[in-house]
Amino acid sequence: MPKPKSRYSIWSLARNALSYHENWPEVWRSPAPKPDYDVVIVGGGGHGLATAYYLAKEHGLANVAVVEKGWLGGGNTGRNTTVVRSNYLWDESAHLYEHSLKMWEGLTRELNFNLMFSQRGLLSLAHNQHELRELHRRVNAIRLNDIDSEILDVEQIKKLCPILDCDPKARHPVLGASLQRRGGVARHDAVAWGYARAADARGVDIIQDCAVTGFRITNNRVQGVETTKGYIGAKKVACVAAGHSSVLAALAGFRLPIESHPLQALVSEPVKPVLHTVVMSSAVHVYVSQSDKGELVMGAGIDGYNSYSQRGSPLVVENLLNALIELFPIFSRMKMMRQWGGIVDICPDASPIIGGTPVDGLYFNCGWGTGGFKSTPGSGWVFAHTIARDEPHPLNAPFQLDRFTSGHLIDEHGAAGVAH
Amino acid sequence: MLLIPCPYCGPRDESEFACGGEAHIARPAAPDRLTDAEWANYLFMRKNPKGVHYERWVHARGCRRWFNVARDTVSHRIHAVYRMGEPPPAVADEPGAGR
Repeated sequence: MPKPKSRYSIWSLARNALSYHENWPEVWRSPAPKPDYDVVIVGGGGHGLATAYYLAKEHGLANVAVVEKGWLGGGNTGRNTTVVRSNYLWDESAHLYEHSLKMWEGLTRELNFNLMFSQRGLLSLAHNQHELRELHRRVNAIRLNDIDSEILDVEQIKKLCPILDCDPKARHPVLGASLQRRGGVARHDAVAWGYARAADARGVDIIQDCAVTGFRITNNRVQGVETTKGYIGAKKVACVAAGHSSVLAALAGFRLPIESHPLQALVSEPVKPVLHTVVMSSAVHVYVSQSDKGELVMGAGIDGYNSYSQRGSPLVVENLLNALIELFPIFSRMKMMRQWGGIVDICPDASPIIGGTPVDGLYFNCGWGTGGFKSTPGSGWVFAHTIARDEPHPLNAPFQLDRFTSGHLIDEHGAAGVAH
Repeated sequence: MLLIPCPYCGPRDESEFACGGEAHIARPAAPDRLTDAEWANYLFMRKNPKGVHYERWVHARGCRRWFNVARDTVSHRIHAVYRMGEPPPAVADEPGAGR
């Protein structure tokens, strides 16, 4: 097995401490692009880098380049709220996300990169009887798919999350919750860096600061990509550029059922450990966890209008914070430190598109909406399979572009618990 | 935050409005003769431009009337506001659109 230049361990840490950590080798190369590759992956986020890694590892394709217009993980990989879970209602989604969650569970060791994956549990609250019944239905469906999920009553919730306002007279009384104990959070940057390092060790070229400006297509077959660093030939081209999927599809001459919206998130000042699980509420619409640094990390829904600007409107943040304070009055005097937006692909059925396109040799992995981070390993794994074999894996076969023609939508709006 | 000039009420805060998505998607004239692909195109496929987007808004917490807006999806600048039924005005993309 190819080894990265420096394997991370307690020994390498001690060895480098002796030289004041000034001699760590580069984590991945930054080569100039070759004239052509077997596969060019457009987009150097977690999904794209994972795709490259699994192409090399599972399918023996190492003549692969990842081209990224900015820097690795500078898009949505570095802008999400890091929640990982697999408690999806429909079978198709449950299988895909659970496959991903199982991969997360061994990923730090496999990549030899600390992803700080923390299965601290994920609580989805119900605030009225209808929601509670819906939660029961969902938990039952999830358990039938052999995924851990359980219903907690109010006493159990209080025990798990004492700072949550469970007063029956609260504005949004908590009536119950579902809990996925294997859900949790991971360090988002580390996922991109870990995959980049592992893919690079297997010979994948990672080319940053290289934007794709067009595709060369003859006889409906892709020949390569035009980039700001010149033309790069490719037998196959795979686009994983959430937010800009429609722009790339337009360059290739077809349309997608996707609209780009801002999704905002923010973090508070760091405080001592106070919130030990991820808590989400679909009704009042907020999700919050506490990072290992002590910051509260939170988000809510998308802004209502199309945008490519990586910023949204303050009223969305205001609604989010209103919801947070109603649920956690203890947070009312905390200061928020940073706020940002990412541009997400919104699909009509809130499910991703992972597969071929009307152009031969051109593949798209897009439409993950507000919840792509959790599926990074599984997404890369099934996409690599799809590219290498030129047919989808059974796990992503239902997630093809033609479902919008056939009508076999996988409607995860609400069913997934909305909040991601 | 957007300041949206409602053609009926004048400039108002974004919080009074709701966005209704891409404008000028005409319902097919003969829906019973449409193929599945044509239905998909009408129902689901969207332009989603990086640049000027012609979209519908409703003044939900005001006059509750619908109208059209030509807005840049990068700068968020509103270039034109026009009433339902009026043709979209030609608006040039700002520099850097579509990339």
